[in-house]
Amino acid sequence: MSTETSVNLDTYLAQFELLQSTREVADAPASIRQLRQEAMTRFSQLGFPTTRLEDWRFTNVERIAKSQFELADEATVSAAQFEALSFSTLSGPRLIFVNGRFAPALSNTDGAIQAGVTVENLGHALTKQSVQLEPHLAQLTPYRDRAFPALNMALWQDGAFVSVPNNTTLNEPIHLLFISTAPSKAAATYPRVLVVLGENSRSTVIEEYVSVNNSPHFTNAVTEIDIGPGSTLDHYKVLSENLAAYHVASSNLRLGRDSTTRSTSVTLGGSLVRNDIGALLRGEGAECTLNGLYLADSDQLVDSHTTIDHAVPHCNSHELYKGVLNGHGRSVFNGKIIVRIDAQKTDAKQTNQALLLSEDAQINTKPELEIFADDVKCTHGATVGQLADDALFYLRARGLDEAQARRVLIHAFANDVLSRISLDSLRAYLEAALLKQLPMTGLEARA
Amino acid sequence: MLEINGLRVSIGDKEILKGLNLQVGAGQVHAIMGPNGSGKSTLAGVLAGKPDYQVTAGKVRYQGKNLLDLAPEERAREGIFLAFQYPVEISGVNNAYLIKAALNEVRKHRGESELDAIEFMELAQKKLELLAMDSSLLNRPVNEGFSGGEKKRNEIFQMAVLEPTLALLDETDSGLDIDALKIVAEGVNALRNSSRSIVVVTHYQRLLNYIIPDYVHVLSGGRIVKSGKKELALELEEKGYGWIENEAAEIGA
Repeated sequence: MSTETSVNLDTYLAQFELLQSTREVADAPASIRQLRQEAMTRFSQLGFPTTRLEDWRFTNVERIAKSQFELADEATVSAAQFEALSFSTLSGPRLIFVNGRFAPALSNTDGAIQAGVTVENLGHALTKQSVQLEPHLAQLTPYRDRAFPALNMALWQDGAFVSVPNNTTLNEPIHLLFISTAPSKAAATYPRVLVVLGENSRSTVIEEYVSVNNSPHFTNAVTEIDIGPGSTLDHYKVLSENLAAYHVASSNLRLGRDSTTRSTSVTLGGSLVRNDIGALLRGEGAECTLNGLYLADSDQLVDSHTTIDHAVPHCNSHELYKGVLNGHGRSVFNGKIIVRIDAQKTDAKQTNQALLLSEDAQINTKPELEIFADDVKCTHGATVGQLADDALFYLRARGLDEAQARRVLIHAFANDVLSRISLDSLRAYLEAALLKQLPMTGLEARA
Repeated sequence: MLEINGLRVSIGDKEILKGLNLQVGAGQVHAIMGPNGSGKSTLAGVLAGKPDYQVTAGKVRYQGKNLLDLAPEERAREGIFLAFQYPVEISGVNNAYLIKAALNEVRKHRGESELDAIEFMELAQKKLELLAMDSSLLNRPVNEGFSGGEKKRNEIFQMAVLEPTLALLDETDSGLDIDALKIVAEGVNALRNSSRSIVVVTHYQRLLNYIIPDYVHVLSGGRIVKSGKKELALELEEKGYGWIENEAAEIGA
């Protein structure tokens, strides 16, 4: 008897049934209720993925599958509790979610949002703006063959909805903060983010995930971002959940003609992290940058699966992923680039670099190029290495002690990604967070 | 200042220095010359504490201390500076950041106050002028994308900022055109004083036209086989290294 059939999905079916009577599900349009039902059915058919699936070969989610997660209880946190743990220097629109539920009292919406712009709870938006939402919701993240997005679609309660009309430049970044706290049981949250940018608009969206204590919890997130023609979006995902957290997320971006996006994913926490990031370039002249930085120490596993789909000609994509691994840290990087048959004059560049600071750290890295057009430029490079001895000696010969020299080199390696962040306050915050974590990353490696 | 007695150094199974003796007094400039593979760079590296070398015998005393007991960073803080033959490119580390950190390590060690960013820039600016260096080099990653000449100048610039007690110049002239060579030599000469010693390791006599040494030593087969005044360098230039190697072989026989 194979082991995966022993995973019992009844608990998720039961949660789904319970959700049907809640206001946010019952009041939603019939089409959305139907999507939820389909997603639940699909999830129960698929079950949790096993390492027999190519996409999950190196990432075993058995620990998640066996945990029988319940929906997290509603909870409150004080501002003091999360401000110390998160990026909270912004004065612009901010939506805060605690254990998956929208926390209006902590959020900053009134007066912070420009006219015509929507920044609100997705659950609430569905009941009154469904016409605006339906063409987008669950359209960018198909769930038919993917268990985690299916489970999210079935069980999500609250989320963020950001809508920017045509010809609108947002002055302030939008901050979406997802907090997990004090679960008394194995608890899960299913955050959902939907960002829709009209034409010739400009916006910055920061997604941040934190835990306010060290209990294990499971975040299964889905983010969908639709960028209209001529628009520019800076998107950041900052993950600093605790070292017992499971985090599986699917983020999908769709880029219209002449649009530009730069999406940066920074992973500083989590026990098992899986980020699926997809970008569909479907309008000519679109430009997409996917950057990532992760730290994996002790027994952490950080898995990044990116897919950039060049569907039309004359689009550029750039990708830079860097990881620092220490202890028994593991990482997986799978970078897929698809160049469709019509997508001539594509220019795609992918770089993936990992720094291994201990003998026990491990990375599985795989570029996956599927090129069907003939007049394209696609480059990819992967390097896995250790700190260079000659650089260490050079710094020591200038008077820096060994620990300091190692820290300087690790920081320089990682900061390559952070230095590209254009939002100054966020860059400074992340540089400080990185420096704070680095003493753990590498100093004991030699001990 | 520096006293080397019977120094034997190996890399792996291969012995490179085979009982080297050298004394450098305060304020003196010594040139170490010799053919390729004679151990010149090994000598510079082992004095700076490069980890690849095993010292199997001998003693090195620097300002009365047992130099070989000190970690590379401790040697640097004690005033030893190695100008690298091949300066290392370190991407992501700002040149000014490194030099300021290095200077402050030395200052801390001496019990002096650390310089802040403004004080450091004032000092750096003066030293840049000394070496006719573009200030943009300060804000670039250490040696990254520098031309060969820029890298060597950057080494001497660091030396000028750090004001070492004992400077080791490892083939600083290699890869420099004559104009750059003159500038680098002027930079070095400006640092000459009665308390600072300089050891210039070079294959060619050319650099010694501009940095006039007090003593010249010929390193061959892991030992100093001949020492003399600056005229020895000219003799070597004229006759090559062959005659000295022969002479050494005869003495050894």
